[in-house]
Amino acid sequence: MSELTDANNPPALRRSAPDVAIVERRRWFFRHPAAIRVTHWINALCFILLLLSGYQIFNAHPALYWGIASDFEHPLLAMNSPNSFLSEPRGVTTILGHSFDTTGVLGLSYDAQGQAQTRGFPNWLTIPSSQELATGRRWHFFFAWLFVLNGLAYILYGFFSRQLLWRIIPARDQIRGFWASVREHLTLHFPQGDEAKRYNVIQKLTYLVVIFILLPLQILTGLAMSPGMDTAFHFILPLFGGRQSARTIHFISAHLLVAFLIVHVVMVVVSGFWNNMRSMVTGWFVIQKETLDEHPSA
Amino acid sequence: MNIPRLDRRALLKRSAAAAGAGLLAGCDRLSNARWFRRTLETGEDANLFVQRLLLSPAKLAPEYSEAEISPWFKPNGSTDPSDKSYKAMAKKNFADWRLEIGGLVDHPLKLSLTDLRSMPARTQITRHDCVEGWTCIGKWTGVPLSELLKKAGLKPQARYIVFHCADVMEGAGSDDDEDDDESKPEGRSASGAQNTAQQNDESDQPEAKPVYYYESIDLEDAFHAQTILAYEMNGAPLPIPHGAPLRLRLERALGYKMAKYVMRIEVVDDYRTFGNGKGGYWEDRGYDWYAGI
Repeated sequence: MSELTDANNPPALRRSAPDVAIVERRRWFFRHPAAIRVTHWINALCFILLLLSGYQIFNAHPALYWGIASDFEHPLLAMNSPNSFLSEPRGVTTILGHSFDTTGVLGLSYDAQGQAQTRGFPNWLTIPSSQELATGRRWHFFFAWLFVLNGLAYILYGFFSRQLLWRIIPARDQIRGFWASVREHLTLHFPQGDEAKRYNVIQKLTYLVVIFILLPLQILTGLAMSPGMDTAFHFILPLFGGRQSARTIHFISAHLLVAFLIVHVVMVVVSGFWNNMRSMVTGWFVIQKETLDEHPSA
Repeated sequence: MNIPRLDRRALLKRSAAAAGAGLLAGCDRLSNARWFRRTLETGEDANLFVQRLLLSPAKLAPEYSEAEISPWFKPNGSTDPSDKSYKAMAKKNFADWRLEIGGLVDHPLKLSLTDLRSMPARTQITRHDCVEGWTCIGKWTGVPLSELLKKAGLKPQARYIVFHCADVMEGAGSDDDEDDDESKPEGRSASGAQNTAQQNDESDQPEAKPVYYYESIDLEDAFHAQTILAYEMNGAPLPIPHGAPLRLRLERALGYKMAKYVMRIEVVDDYRTFGNGKGGYWEDRGYDWYAGI
């Protein structure tokens, strides 16, 4: 973290006249090494493609079950369009016995020509857009491999460069200040100055959960659905209570990751979109010095 | 940087929507590009390579208890072959049916159901994992394929086992293909891939000769202990919706590899001479030849 201290105290930025203070309150901080940036964007690409090709695969049998086998009468979740000769067909999503009308999005949606299609997820959420399980599987497995190799590269690099340590392990003072950090987050007040150089405690814990729980869970539940892998490793399926449970957990965990992605993107936007994007593209992040530091009397 | 906040937000939103639409359109175009499909297929190559590395011949797929057998086992794909000679055999309870084993073997065989039943048998309660995502559990009894292959004697050039089936998938003329649609979403979903990959072949031969289901496996899978040709399901003769009189059980693979209505077994050195050359009916329509995942 030597670049951190170097960027922190460049002598030229020390004392300044009030009229140039605005310029000088910006401090450049090299936040993301190239390996982190590259693996981040490969991961982002893989995640989106895996999600959308995953929807394609899900659409081949848009229902989820618990246990080893499918109890077709009692799905946990099902998307379909019940036959109806009396009225316009509707898309219906049933979750734990409760049905919701999801026409237009889930169960029944419309193609570019406005033609109704009976399918789980709509064509604007699947790769490929038309119903093609075989092609969806090809996308899914190719990018699953890329995702796994990229993830391994990230973890190995992060471990040996000690980047992971400062990125995702909360410091002792951060754990003490946990609730204050929650309050800051909820009111969208983000740390300024030196404190902005490190991730706050909620960020760290979130990344910890995503990187070491949710993503490995996705891989493991994905492999659990493979009859070949179940044969190679008999311990995988019992971990999840059977192949259909594993499929359900794969689906739920994917959507926890979607929830993470949404919060992540919102946070990127509200905490300084261009600054965050620049830092994940070029590595350089700008720290705004706290006003009180510069002008104690103000 | 002096764009008002609201405009900036609208700009972001609009560019995100445009990026999304562009991404999906791009993915569709890539899906149809030959070089990209070939690139995606390296994923399948990797799956085969790694799973073969992990799966020693001795490793058995998990087996289940009687209590775990599915009360209703979903019949999928063909459930009632319309082929005339098949229907005639079915009427007589397959008494006239003979399993032919030929190709690169020393002793071509013709075996009746009685012959098969007198051979060593294996019973296993296993999972049936469909490529669509659902799972059923069933009890299967049949002859290990290895017994049949040993009896026939493989020639040294033998590399693959091809299963020729009685179910006509396309070009059956007047037959009621449409009625089956409900029970085979697999068929519906694969037709898309067919449109993109096999468009030319299809349009060249509109009312061509019937396409029968077929499958192929390699010797590693063929000699696996759980690879059997089942004539019984859940303690009763194999029902027609599940492939009577004989179906393949390949427990380390997905359902579409497990050919039903098996009529003829052909031992070959290469499967590329059959169908569209990809080793199976669904493989010819874009599905992986190696269906271990």
